[in-house]
Amino acid sequence: MKKTKKTIKKPVKKAIKKPVKKVQEDGKTVNIFLSGVGGQGTILASNILAEVFFKAGYDIKKSEVHGMAQRGGDVTTHFRFGKKVYSPLIKYGDVDFLLSFEFLEALRYINWIKPTGKILINKQEIYPPAVNLGMAQYPGGVEEIFKKFFKENVYVINGQEIARNLGNVQAANVVLIGAFSNFFPEVKEEQWIEAIKGLLAPKLHDLNVRAFTEGRKAL
Amino acid sequence: MKIFYSKKYRAESHYGGNMKEMMQGNSAIARGAWEAGVKIATAYPGTPSSEILQEIASNYPEIYAEWSPNEKVAVEVASGAAIAGARAMASMKHVGLNVASDPFMTLAYTGIKGGLVILVADDPNAYSSQNEQDSRNWARFGKAPMLEPADAQECKDFIKIAFEISERFDTPVLVRTETRVAHTDSPVVLEERKESPTPLGLDRKDAPKYTMVPINVRVRRKIVEERMKKLEAYADTFKYNTMEINSREIGVITSGVSYLYTKEVFPQYSYLKLGMVWPLPKKTIANFYKKVKKVIVVEELDPFLETEIKALGYKAFHGKDLIPNMYELSPEIVEKSLKGKAYKPPKVRVKQDDLPKRPPNMCAGCSHRPLFYALKKLGAFVFGDIGCYTLGTAPPLQAVHTTICMGASIGGAHGAMKALGSDGLGKVCAVIGDSTFLHGGVGPLMDVVYNKGNSTTIILDNRITGMTGHQDHPGTGFTVRMEPTHAIDYEELGKALGVKSIRKIYPYNIQQTMEVVKEEMEKDEPSLIICENSPCIMLRRAKPMEKFAHPVYTINKEKCRGCKMCLEIGCPAISWEEEEGMSVDGHKRKGTVFINKDMCVGCEVCAQICKFEAIIPGTK
Repeated sequence: MKKTKKTIKKPVKKAIKKPVKKVQEDGKTVNIFLSGVGGQGTILASNILAEVFFKAGYDIKKSEVHGMAQRGGDVTTHFRFGKKVYSPLIKYGDVDFLLSFEFLEALRYINWIKPTGKILINKQEIYPPAVNLGMAQYPGGVEEIFKKFFKENVYVINGQEIARNLGNVQAANVVLIGAFSNFFPEVKEEQWIEAIKGLLAPKLHDLNVRAFTEGRKAL
Repeated sequence: MKIFYSKKYRAESHYGGNMKEMMQGNSAIARGAWEAGVKIATAYPGTPSSEILQEIASNYPEIYAEWSPNEKVAVEVASGAAIAGARAMASMKHVGLNVASDPFMTLAYTGIKGGLVILVADDPNAYSSQNEQDSRNWARFGKAPMLEPADAQECKDFIKIAFEISERFDTPVLVRTETRVAHTDSPVVLEERKESPTPLGLDRKDAPKYTMVPINVRVRRKIVEERMKKLEAYADTFKYNTMEINSREIGVITSGVSYLYTKEVFPQYSYLKLGMVWPLPKKTIANFYKKVKKVIVVEELDPFLETEIKALGYKAFHGKDLIPNMYELSPEIVEKSLKGKAYKPPKVRVKQDDLPKRPPNMCAGCSHRPLFYALKKLGAFVFGDIGCYTLGTAPPLQAVHTTICMGASIGGAHGAMKALGSDGLGKVCAVIGDSTFLHGGVGPLMDVVYNKGNSTTIILDNRITGMTGHQDHPGTGFTVRMEPTHAIDYEELGKALGVKSIRKIYPYNIQQTMEVVKEEMEKDEPSLIICENSPCIMLRRAKPMEKFAHPVYTINKEKCRGCKMCLEIGCPAISWEEEEGMSVDGHKRKGTVFINKDMCVGCEVCAQICKFEAIIPGTK
């Protein structure tokens, strides 16, 4: 097929590349789905991912829905990186990695994951209003359901507990990113830490770097 | 939200020349405005557009930025700046352009001097809106060009080119985004700011151009049509109307984010991606039809392009016969729609309908909660408005009974009272937030007094624009850049409008709130009730928790009878634990409630509801 272009394409300027081994050798887009509850810090987590893979020279699309309220609703991020990324949204059923901050919010997206997908879930249950009111049941055995379908590709850690031991439960999101970083062995630890430092105020560096390294060891 | 870069990183990237940065669409729009030499930026917050002005205010000191009281004012201020020769941008959500449509429709006649761009952000699927209207229709209706970017890089590029088009063709230019463009981060190449070539200044000789009295209107009316002809010709040369020829069989005409979804699932098709969605490039479309056998039009919401293409005499192989005309598109919706039965959905592992939903809820400690509880107890029909308090319509409170548009609560309650006569007394009220009241509620309140109404208006003053993420407004005492300024006194304003019966309530006191609201609803005269000492619980600078006597409340498990009364307020910090048993005074119970210490802020609302003194102060 002949390829013609009617108009002049704008010049594409390449990002400053760091010497890093390609995470995806075949140039395919990698789809990461993050889910949690408002206030859990999913946005910082997805920003760290974006920093790391952007600095590594990839095209990126990171898309969030901002709900109506400040807190309490479900929060999701579609994060995609690759040579050239088109859609800001991951196609249903095409998720390579699920990082979920809460059991129910993990289960909500179980159908989105590829059969070969890898899953990291934070061991936390946050009851939605219907459960609080005793009008609905919080689903039990979420970890087992995931293991039934994804076998050894399911990991569960207690982010709050690790963060609390470090002195601040707020750092649970970075603990999770630490654990999640093991899914990308090609990315060096320093690259993650550099991204975390780049996104946070200096006074928060120490706590969050420790949270990251503890999380990285937890898996 | 947005990427919070450390200050150092920001500064480097801000002045660092042609480097690349990850940016949200909205940040890229702000950056584009800065690079284009914009001098004046105005906005009223609205999802998904709010971050644009915040970005400008925090990062680009060269631009004067203001939160205007509403979108109409925002466009008027920007237009004045443009008439004085400056480049100006007003940004708003889709329904904001309805409010601003009055100046917009006539500015298309007058034209401008400095560039004028109106940024309008649509919300397909109505994630945070009262409707999902397609703003492209405004371009056709208003006879102004409209650009539609697909990602952050295009957001920046299109804003810059929009200013060039505006000045070259002497017209306001609309730039349309939508949620997935506005709130998606992707790499953007940064460039330097270039000041606008247009000189500043006003000239009284220009009066016929800007004074739309009939004799001048008729002159300008013709110019509008001539300009549209010129813009049509320009559209055929517009470099962001791009053609990619792959398949000779099937070609897709599309724009914005719809292009990205379609390209993702059908990379083999040919594409005509329109960067300018109005006016359409007729020759380019004709050319595309020559290159491919069948054309499919893929667009979100209305069949805007399809209708116009068909009107040009072309056939669409497919369009809205397959692609839904409501809600947002996504890669799988495009794939499913076009493939039909050939689409194989992924395996369903767990049925999602069985899982409990997680709708947004008012925060623990929110001052709206006790007020809505009081209104529910009074059995009032509540005319609601636009803001966090719309959430009062959800169970278990179910205390908001209408939500139409900004400011509609007051007029609605007034109209209902006129219809019901004395039967309505004691049964109806309007609730409206502080920002919404200043946006569109002052006029309706004036109407209530002027036309001898008797409705009750309650201002839910939480000292900020809450739902969109804390933006200042004329009632907060701060500008967008946090400079102290005059704060409107709602009581004085009410007096000036002629309201005689003005009361203040502390909504956290449920009993007193019920008494005052009841009295005012029963009065046969206009009433204004102002919530005081009730700032948004998330607004740290107002120290919202300081007024509470105890940091947290807890359940006395011995006294709890499991009556579930405290669950009636729908506080996210209170949950139900099923376990059969007995209270210490011998009452059988099916369970008890539990208060989450991490969430509870000690607002005492639940403790006022408990009849058995089972909710008591606790320690963090």
